[in-house]
Amino acid sequence: MASLDRVKVLVLGDSGVGKSSLVHLLCQNQVLGNPSWTVGCSVDVRIHDYKEGTPEEKTFYIELWDVGGSVGSASSLKSTRAVFYNSVNGIILVHDLTNKKSSQNLYRWSLEALNRDSSPTGVIVSNGDYDREQFAENPVPLLLIGTKFDQIPESKRSEVLTRTAFLSEDFIAEEINLDCTNPRYLAAGTSNAVKLSRFFDKVIEKRYFTRDPSPVRLSFIYCFEDEINFPKLNKCRKPSSLF
Amino acid sequence: MSFLVDSVIMFTSQVLFFGFGWLFFMRQLFKDYEVRQYVVQVVFSVTFAFSCTMFELIIFEILGALSSSSRYFHWKLNLYVILLVLIFVVPFYIGYFVVSNIRLLQRQRLLFACMVWFTFMYFFWKLGDPFPILSPKHGILSIEQLISRVGVIGVTLMALLSGFGAVNCPYTYMSYFLRNVTDGDILALERRLLQTMDMIVSKKKRIAMTRRQMYQRGEDQNKQTGFWGMIKSVTSTQSGSENLSLIQQEVDALEELSRQLFLETVDLQSTKERIEYSKTFQGKYFNFLGYFFSIYCVWKIFMATINIVFDRVGKTDPVTRGIEITVNYLGIQFDVKFWSQHISFILVGIIIVTSIRGLLITLTKFFYAISSSKSSNVIVLVLAQIMGMYFVSSVLLMRMSMPLEYRSIVTEVLGELQFNFYHRWFDVIFLVSALSSILFLYLAHKQAPEKHMAL
Repeated sequence: MASLDRVKVLVLGDSGVGKSSLVHLLCQNQVLGNPSWTVGCSVDVRIHDYKEGTPEEKTFYIELWDVGGSVGSASSLKSTRAVFYNSVNGIILVHDLTNKKSSQNLYRWSLEALNRDSSPTGVIVSNGDYDREQFAENPVPLLLIGTKFDQIPESKRSEVLTRTAFLSEDFIAEEINLDCTNPRYLAAGTSNAVKLSRFFDKVIEKRYFTRDPSPVRLSFIYCFEDEINFPKLNKCRKPSSLF
Repeated sequence: MSFLVDSVIMFTSQVLFFGFGWLFFMRQLFKDYEVRQYVVQVVFSVTFAFSCTMFELIIFEILGALSSSSRYFHWKLNLYVILLVLIFVVPFYIGYFVVSNIRLLQRQRLLFACMVWFTFMYFFWKLGDPFPILSPKHGILSIEQLISRVGVIGVTLMALLSGFGAVNCPYTYMSYFLRNVTDGDILALERRLLQTMDMIVSKKKRIAMTRRQMYQRGEDQNKQTGFWGMIKSVTSTQSGSENLSLIQQEVDALEELSRQLFLETVDLQSTKERIEYSKTFQGKYFNFLGYFFSIYCVWKIFMATINIVFDRVGKTDPVTRGIEITVNYLGIQFDVKFWSQHISFILVGIIIVTSIRGLLITLTKFFYAISSSKSSNVIVLVLAQIMGMYFVSSVLLMRMSMPLEYRSIVTEVLGELQFNFYHRWFDVIFLVSALSSILFLYLAHKQAPEKHMAL
């Protein structure tokens, strides 16, 4: 029963932007008291009611995989991190609103995660430059979250918000700006909570209810290719997990 | 007139160094952070600029460029400025930024920063007591007091870094020490890591579901009032929360295990990359260099021990000694004066460039490893302080590598310090640092394969 309802969402971003606090807030509805550096990957689970309030309501477990580290890490760290990028159904990109560089690094983060996902042989398909078309046909839904919203002075708010609006356009993703130490931002009924819920619904839909044959078949083929060429690599455990 | 020209030359070179320090700060150190306090960047670049100017003055001394009086003037000026920066400006700003990070003391920032600075000055002064670094004829407020203390700290740092570097360099270069890692090892470890993550996920799902059920039952519970309702609520929540805390403990243990596995996997991956690198041409070249450096390291440790045991301080520098040997024993006649100047210029130049480059690389690595967005300012300033002290003491120690005629300016400018003491101190700390690094690396190397056996 647990494996059927599995939905995996990655939480990516630079070191120190607040991913662990965000994940704690999303899953425990509490503020994280003592944030410390994430070594490797920490997972937490959120129970989400798909299509809440309608007759088709169903409960899913959403796994939030919070992967630690920075984009400029050593290649040994990157290749170890890549282990966590398998069979990802959604990505939450987190950046620090007080630090422009963390927003710029999000392009590289998304490339790192998506490249690993779409080509299981491990070959990088882009040359590292940002390519908008890649995001247009991207089967994995993205969500952009900006943290430390409370630390921006009133005067700079509009400038920061315009910048993040451009960012969300580039990623073709919704954006949420919040402060991870204040649960008020994600209280039920706020627009942020609605956007979050919509994102999770989209992820679940793409994973379980999509009728679009091409991306599924493509990943199916990749999976079999994997089994034939690299039988030892246990990346795609069973093809049935795709459906 | 010539003084003006010389000053202009010095000033332009200082501006160039300042620009280089600024770029280094922006491009390398603060690659992932936004510079919000430009003061930090300015202070760092100023420290870098004045340290490099000192090296430049040594080179000018050897080459005989600029007139001797203007050289002397610029030496003194540079020294005063750098001491001012290292003792007053940088520690004050370090205290200021540390205090700014602590929320409680936000209001009285300046006051607390001054207090921190006074504490620093107190300990800085006390540092001079156990060491015989001054001759008694210097007064309390002379420049030699400050230089001697800065020199002690800097020489300690230099010796520590040098000792560790001398041992670590052959260890990393030589492929003899590389453990054998196969792809299968890495895959097995990755599989274990993913299995652990899956176990963590399933346990967390149970916790989440139990909590949700408790919450829902809690709502239903509120409707049940009366005696029986209260008893029921006590018994059910107790078993629920006990269960939860048990599972939570299991999860904590599994998370610790996953962290360990992750770190081991990273270690194996980096070893595998190093093995692949060692098979390339560059890798073979470095491997060969590693053997060479290990011999050099053993020789240096041996020399340091001899120096300490026999209380010997070298009187002549390597350049003059080398020339003496070639002239006397090998019978090659050449113009001593001419060649000694050029050779010492090259030697000193190489020493300067490698020490600057080595220090900047070490500082960058250190900065990446320990900085976070909150503490980046403080750490950069601490690094600037270390850099300044390092460069001042390397000037002090470099005196030994220069022939007599060039040493005089350094002796004149720095005053009558007990230079022999600094060399002795360097040898002691170098020996201690090298031996403890050997011990440390040996233990680390031993421990790693045992961990793999346990898998």
